[in-house]
Amino acid sequence: MRFALRRLGFFAVTMWAALTLNFFLPRLMPGNPAEAMMGKFRGPVTGQALKALELAFGVDTHKSLLAQYFGYLGDVSTGKFGTSLYFYPQSVGRVILDAIPWTLGLVGVTTILGFVLGTGIGILAAWRRGGRLDSIMPPIFVITSAIPYFWIGLMLILVFAVKLNWLPAAFGFDITLTPSLSLPFIGNLLAHAILPAAALLITTIGTWILTMRNTMITTLAEDYVRMARAKGLPGRRIMLDYAARNAILPNLTGFAMSLGFVVGGAILVEYVFNYPGVGYMLLQAVNNEDYPLMQALFLLITVAVLVAILLADIATALFDPRTRSAG
Amino acid sequence: MAMLPVSAPAGLAEQVPLAGEPAGRGRPARARLARAVLANRKASAGTVLLALFFIVALIPGVLARDNPSATIYARSLGPSTRHLLGTTALGQDIFAQAVYGTRQVLVIAIGVGLLSTGVAVLIGVAAAYLGGLWDGLLNLLTDILLVIPLFPLLIVIATYVQNSGTLVLVLVLTLTGWSYTARQLRAQALSLRKRDFLEAARVRGERSIYIVVVEIIPTMTSLIVASFLTNALYAVLFGSSLQFIGLGDPNSVSWGTMLYWAENNEALQTGQYLWAVVPGALIAALGAAFALLNYAFDEIGNPALRPVRRTRVKRAR
Repeated sequence: MRFALRRLGFFAVTMWAALTLNFFLPRLMPGNPAEAMMGKFRGPVTGQALKALELAFGVDTHKSLLAQYFGYLGDVSTGKFGTSLYFYPQSVGRVILDAIPWTLGLVGVTTILGFVLGTGIGILAAWRRGGRLDSIMPPIFVITSAIPYFWIGLMLILVFAVKLNWLPAAFGFDITLTPSLSLPFIGNLLAHAILPAAALLITTIGTWILTMRNTMITTLAEDYVRMARAKGLPGRRIMLDYAARNAILPNLTGFAMSLGFVVGGAILVEYVFNYPGVGYMLLQAVNNEDYPLMQALFLLITVAVLVAILLADIATALFDPRTRSAG
Repeated sequence: MAMLPVSAPAGLAEQVPLAGEPAGRGRPARARLARAVLANRKASAGTVLLALFFIVALIPGVLARDNPSATIYARSLGPSTRHLLGTTALGQDIFAQAVYGTRQVLVIAIGVGLLSTGVAVLIGVAAAYLGGLWDGLLNLLTDILLVIPLFPLLIVIATYVQNSGTLVLVLVLTLTGWSYTARQLRAQALSLRKRDFLEAARVRGERSIYIVVVEIIPTMTSLIVASFLTNALYAVLFGSSLQFIGLGDPNSVSWGTMLYWAENNEALQTGQYLWAVVPGALIAALGAAFALLNYAFDEIGNPALRPVRRTRVKRAR
């Protein structure tokens, strides 16, 4: 209980830090970027929306900084993020709600796939230590960990979309189609997801494999595994029920956390493939100086990560009593 | 700067005290570890790669005769003897850009590597050594920075400081990137705190600053070098990513910026593959050099540290 409270406290402090960053960053920067943005949008954005914007970024107001700060905290905690400038007159909330399903679908499924495949391969690699799988893998993943995510995406586009013309290179679906629940449309949707999913999978699977392999190797040296061997249990049973079962905790915790990173974890991949998810919207907001949208997306991504970490911590404490005191 | 690959093996020799053996075993241990690095294929490969990039960064003019920013050549040419990798849609020589771009990437990597490792040592060791309230506060700061998603934070900050040169990019990357290694360094400094040689120094009446600088930090050399490598890799990848989405200085000559212009001119769709392939491959090669060295350190270094490190790796994401 004390542990959970401490984690909750940390959650609250970090949340506050993120909000405070959001509030003060545009105000601290030289040349007041918010002012420049306001100048740019003063034409098309008028009336109530303009007033709200000026308030949100501290332009043309006579309120003290402290009053603005608390006003901002109040607005955010009641879900008032204002109007998007680039997608004017849509509200920031609307734009985000439209983007979320794309990211959840693409990155969520890929994350689960990466976890399942990676953990499986890691178990096998550790079980056959020194085998072919085990000896070629680490060097490969050292190299792939150094490749920029977006560039893998670019190369996939080059090979499979431009050269071979097998798969589409951009967008969530063919824009000539009208979204429906028909079979052709769903097929189209999936075809558009394959390349970005592959780019994500290539870059993330290594972590799962290596973590699982390394913990599994430690576990395989434990006495209870030796005991199981001495009892003459079948190899499969030792591998899965004795070693893997005890070794999977770090990977499970990692999985819980990475679910939090689903929301903001594929910014560059979505950008490269023009995939209309959260990360793509973030960069749209950045490139068009749509600060309200950018701030809200940054908060959303942060909250997702924090919630996932909180849940992962609590789950770990439930599963593994040894970690509780270590906090 | 060019000394880095050479000094790396020397730093490794300091692993010995970490392994729980008494310090000062002198030459034999040092030589043995230097040999271990040479024998480690990953370490040698990383060193050679990095040395190559340093040479290119130091003497780009010898390798490429063309001016990298001049837009004076025929546009979108294929590879030829005149233009080894062809030209861009803007009429620049791709080979010259790739060669001259090396310097900026290395400056960012080394700059961020050194600065953020410096910050990490300062905060990590201070937290561990001072203990109590200071430890709590510094630790909280580190933890907060660790869990706020790094890349979105980088994007938000870079947006506000838009297009303001290499130095600002280095500072922004440093500001956001030190926390992971600070955490590792603190953990190690904590484990050192109760050691006899520190107790002895305290009994001798040495000042804290002396104990930290002369006694604690040298014992941590290997982890500090590893931190440098981690941070340098981070800087290469994230720096290039920021440049790629146009948040660097678009007029500078660097690999990330090349990718930005290639993407904006639809290099892949218009058949100018090399414009996008070359800079990305170079980023990957430089990143691999740092990653290989780092991985080799892990292998040669103290195995007992490994499980602890691994669980923290997940945290950092």
